Amino acid sequence: MTEFAVHCAGLTKRYGDVKAVDGVDLAVGSGETLSIVGPSGSGKTTILRIIAGFEAIDAGNVVLQGVSVSTPQTVIPPERRRVGFVFQEHALFPHKTVAENVSFGLHKMPANERRRRQEEALDLVHLSRYARRYPHELSGGERQRVALARAMAPKPSVLLLDEPFSGLDANLRLRIREEVKTILAASGATVIFVTHDQEGALFMGDTIAIINQGKIEQTGTPQQVFHAPVTKFAARFLGATDFLHGRYQGGRVETELGVFPADVAGSGECEVMTRPDDIDLAPSNGGSGAVVLSRTFQGISNLYGVKLPSGAVLRAQRPHHESYAPGDKVDVRPSPHYVPRCFAADDGRLLQ
Amino acid sequence: MIASAQQTTDPTGGDDAHFRQGRRWSSKRPPLAILVPAVCVGIAMLLPLAYLVIRGAEASNDAWDILFRVRTLHHIGRTALLVILVTASSALLAVPIAWLTTQTDLPFRRAWAVLAALPLVVPTFVGGFLFVSALGPRGILQQALEPLGIDRLPEIYGLPGAFLVLTLLSYPYVLLTVRSAFQSIDPTFEESARTLGHGRMSAALRITLPQLRPAITSGSLLVALYTLSDFGAVSLMRFPTFTWVIYQQYQAFDRSIAGMLSIVLVCMAFAVVLLDAYTRGRLRYYRVDAGSSRAPDVVRLGRWKWVAVIFLAFVVTMALGIPAGVLLYWLIRGVLAGEPLLALWSATANSLAVSGAAAVVSVVCSIPIAAMVVRYPSTLARLIERVSFIGFALPGIVVALSLVFFAVNYARPMYQTVWLLIFAYVVLFLPAALGATRSSLLRVSPELEDAARGLGRTHLQTMRAITLPLIAPGMLMGMALVFLVTMKELPATLILGPLGFKTLATSIWNASSEAFFAQAAAPALVLIMLSSLPMAFFVTQEFRAATASKS
Repeated sequence: MTEFAVHCAGLTKRYGDVKAVDGVDLAVGSGETLSIVGPSGSGKTTILRIIAGFEAIDAGNVVLQGVSVSTPQTVIPPERRRVGFVFQEHALFPHKTVAENVSFGLHKMPANERRRRQEEALDLVHLSRYARRYPHELSGGERQRVALARAMAPKPSVLLLDEPFSGLDANLRLRIREEVKTILAASGATVIFVTHDQEGALFMGDTIAIINQGKIEQTGTPQQVFHAPVTKFAARFLGATDFLHGRYQGGRVETELGVFPADVAGSGECEVMTRPDDIDLAPSNGGSGAVVLSRTFQGISNLYGVKLPSGAVLRAQRPHHESYAPGDKVDVRPSPHYVPRCFAADDGRLLQ
Repeated sequence: MIASAQQTTDPTGGDDAHFRQGRRWSSKRPPLAILVPAVCVGIAMLLPLAYLVIRGAEASNDAWDILFRVRTLHHIGRTALLVILVTASSALLAVPIAWLTTQTDLPFRRAWAVLAALPLVVPTFVGGFLFVSALGPRGILQQALEPLGIDRLPEIYGLPGAFLVLTLLSYPYVLLTVRSAFQSIDPTFEESARTLGHGRMSAALRITLPQLRPAITSGSLLVALYTLSDFGAVSLMRFPTFTWVIYQQYQAFDRSIAGMLSIVLVCMAFAVVLLDAYTRGRLRYYRVDAGSSRAPDVVRLGRWKWVAVIFLAFVVTMALGIPAGVLLYWLIRGVLAGEPLLALWSATANSLAVSGAAAVVSVVCSIPIAAMVVRYPSTLARLIERVSFIGFALPGIVVALSLVFFAVNYARPMYQTVWLLIFAYVVLFLPAALGATRSSLLRVSPELEDAARGLGRTHLQTMRAITLPLIAPGMLMGMALVFLVTMKELPATLILGPLGFKTLATSIWNASSEAFFAQAAAPALVLIMLSSLPMAFFVTQEFRAATASKS
C-alpha cells in the first residue's frame, strides 16, 4: 500500500442528508497523473478538498505517502500535509509579486535556498522575467502558470489541480493544457486533476476516474474508459454516444441494426451503445426507411444525424467524399469492426 | 479625491466595469441636460471652501497675530491626539467584532452584528450628555455607589470622556466597512496559504489582514474625519478641540478669528485625507479573477465562544446599553417632573422637514454628476466629482461659518433662512448621496440603454423607463443615508438655523449644555428612533444581499 502517493478508501462526506462523496476509493502511484472527471456537482472538487485537508470526512480514510492524514476522527491540517493546490481561479495573492507568491510556501527554508527554489520553479514555467510583477499585470495563462509554480515550489508529495483551465478561453485552454502537461511530466510530480471536461481528462490523465453523484463509475486508462465503459453514464459522458434499444437472449443481442453476437448471459431488455465512427451509411432507394436529418461539416469529415424507422436517432461520422444531404434516404449498417456493448435497461450497468 | 481612491481599490471589480464603460463612451459628449446641472452643482459645492480661502487671503496681519495668540498649536495638538486615539481604538474594537460576526460560529451572529452597529444612530451630543450624567463625578453611577461611601468618581471631563464617547459611537464606521470586506473575501486565498505550509495564524496575518487593509483604512478615515469635525461630544466633555474653540470665538462675535481657525481645521482635515491616500500606496488590491463564490468555512470558536460573547456583550453594553438605560432614566424622571412635551412636536416636524429636504435635494443633485462620471467620463467629470466630495472633509462648523459670512456679505435675503441651512446640509452630505447613486449607476450596463434606444425610445424616455427604475434602490439608499446624517447634524444647524427655529438636535443641545438632562431625554429618544429607520433599511439590504449571493 505504501507504494501509492495517495490512497483513499471508502471516502464519504455528507452535507446534511446529501452524500456529496459516497464510498470513493482512489489510488495514485508516485509520479502518476489521475484525472477525476464528472459533471458539476458530482463531488469531484470535494474529493480534492478532502485530500488537501480542507474538509473533514464522515467515513473512510486518506493516506498520503504511507501516512494516514484523514479519518473521521482526526484531520491533519492542510499546512502539515505537503500537498500543492491549484485553485480554479488561481488564488494568487494580489498584494504580493510573482516571486513573493512563489516563495510563499518556502518560508521555512534559509534565504538562499528559498531564492534558488523560487527561481527554479519560475524557470520551470518559463516566467522568470515576470518575477517582480503583480498578478494583475499578467495574462490569464501566465497567472495559471504562476499558480502552478507556487504550488510546485515546495515540492509537494501530491499536486491537486481543481479545474485549472476552466477560467481560460477556448484557444488558450488547449495551449496551456499542453504546456502544463509538459511541465508536470518534466517535474515528475504526482498529480490529481479534476475537471468536468472529458477531453481535458483524457488528455491529462494516465488514469481516469469517472465520478457521478459522489460515486466512482469507472477507473481505468483513457483507452479503457473510452472504449470499454462499464456503465451507461461513463459511456455517455466521455464522448458522442448514442443508444439503441435492444433485446438479448442466448448470447445474442437483437437491435434495429441487426443481430450481433454478445457475451451476455440471460435474457432481457438493454441499451446498446454506438459511436459515430461505428456507423456506415450507403445510398438507398428507400427500402431501409432511414433518413438523413442533419449534416454538420467538420472539415475532414461530416457528422450526420440519421433517423431510423423506429424514430431513434444515431450519429454517423463519414469521410468528406461520402456526401449526403438532409432528407436523403440511406442504408444504415454497423461498421465491420463494431462490437456491441450492452447496458442493462434499468440500472445502466454493463451486461456481461 | 476619496472617490478616485476608492474606485481603484474596489475589490469587487466595479473598477473594471467603470473602465470598460469609460472607453466605450469617452468619445460621446454629455448632453446639456446633464452637463449644465452637473457644473452648477459642482460650483455650488465649491462655494463654502472657496469663500473661506478668499477671506483668509484678505485677512489683515492682525488676524494672523491673533491666531498665534490663541494658542493655536495647543488646539492642534489636542485635536490630533484625540483623532489618533479614537481612530486607533475604533479599529482595534471593530476588526475583531467584524471577524467574529462574519467568520465564526458565534451564537446569534446576526443579532450581534446589528447590535454592534447600532451605536451609529446615537449622535455624539446625545451620547455625550448620557455619559456625563451616568459616569460624571456626581452622576448616576456615583449616586448608586453612594451607600458604599463613594462620594465622588474620577473626573470624566476632558480627554478621557471625549475619547470614550467618540470611540464607542464611531467604531461602527470601521465595523461596517470591514464586515463587508470580510464577506467579500475569497476563501481560496487563505486555503492556498494553508497548503503552502502556513498555519491559521500565519495565513491570517500574511494573507487575510493585508486584504482587509483598504477596508480598515477607509473606515478609519471616516472615524478620523468624524472625530475631527465632532462638536457635540467635545463640548459636552469640555475638551477644547478646534470645533469647540471655533464655536466659542464665533459666539464671542470674533468672527475673523473663527474664520482663521476654520482654515486651520480644514487643513487638518485635508491632511487626514492625504495621509489616507498616501498609505494606500501603489498597491491595487483587487481580485484578479472572478474569484470563488464559495462561502468561507466557519471558524469554530470552541471554548473561546464564551470569551467572544463576553467581549461583545461588554462593548454593546458600553456603547448601547448604558446610553439606552440612562436615556430611559432621564425620560422617566422628565415625565414624572412634568416636562412639557408640546415643544417636541414642532422640533420633530422641523427635523423631519429639513432632513427630508436635504435627502431629496442631495440625491437629485448627485444624479447629473453620477451620470457625467459613469457615462461621459472626462477630465471635467472627474474634476466635478472631486469637488463634490469636498464636503466629506469639511467639518460642519466650517461650512456653516463660511456660509454665514457669505450670506451676510452677498446674499442677505438668504441669511437666517432654512434654505441656507439646507444648502449647508447638501454641501456636507452630497458625497454620501453621490456614492450611492454612482455605484448603482455603475451596475446598469450601458447596453441596456442602447437596447432601449435601438427599440425606438428617445434619450429621455430611456432614462425614465430603464435607467431610473434600475437605480431607484441606490437613490433610496442615498436618501436614507443623507437623512440619517442630517438628523444627527448639530453645529451647522446651531449656527445657520433661523432664530427660534428648533430641531430635535438643537433642543437636545440647548437642554443638555445647561445640564437639563431630563428635558433633553424625550427629543433624544425621538431622534434616535427616527434615525434608526434608515438603519433598519440598511440592515435589511445587507441581509437581502447576503441571501442573494448565497443562492
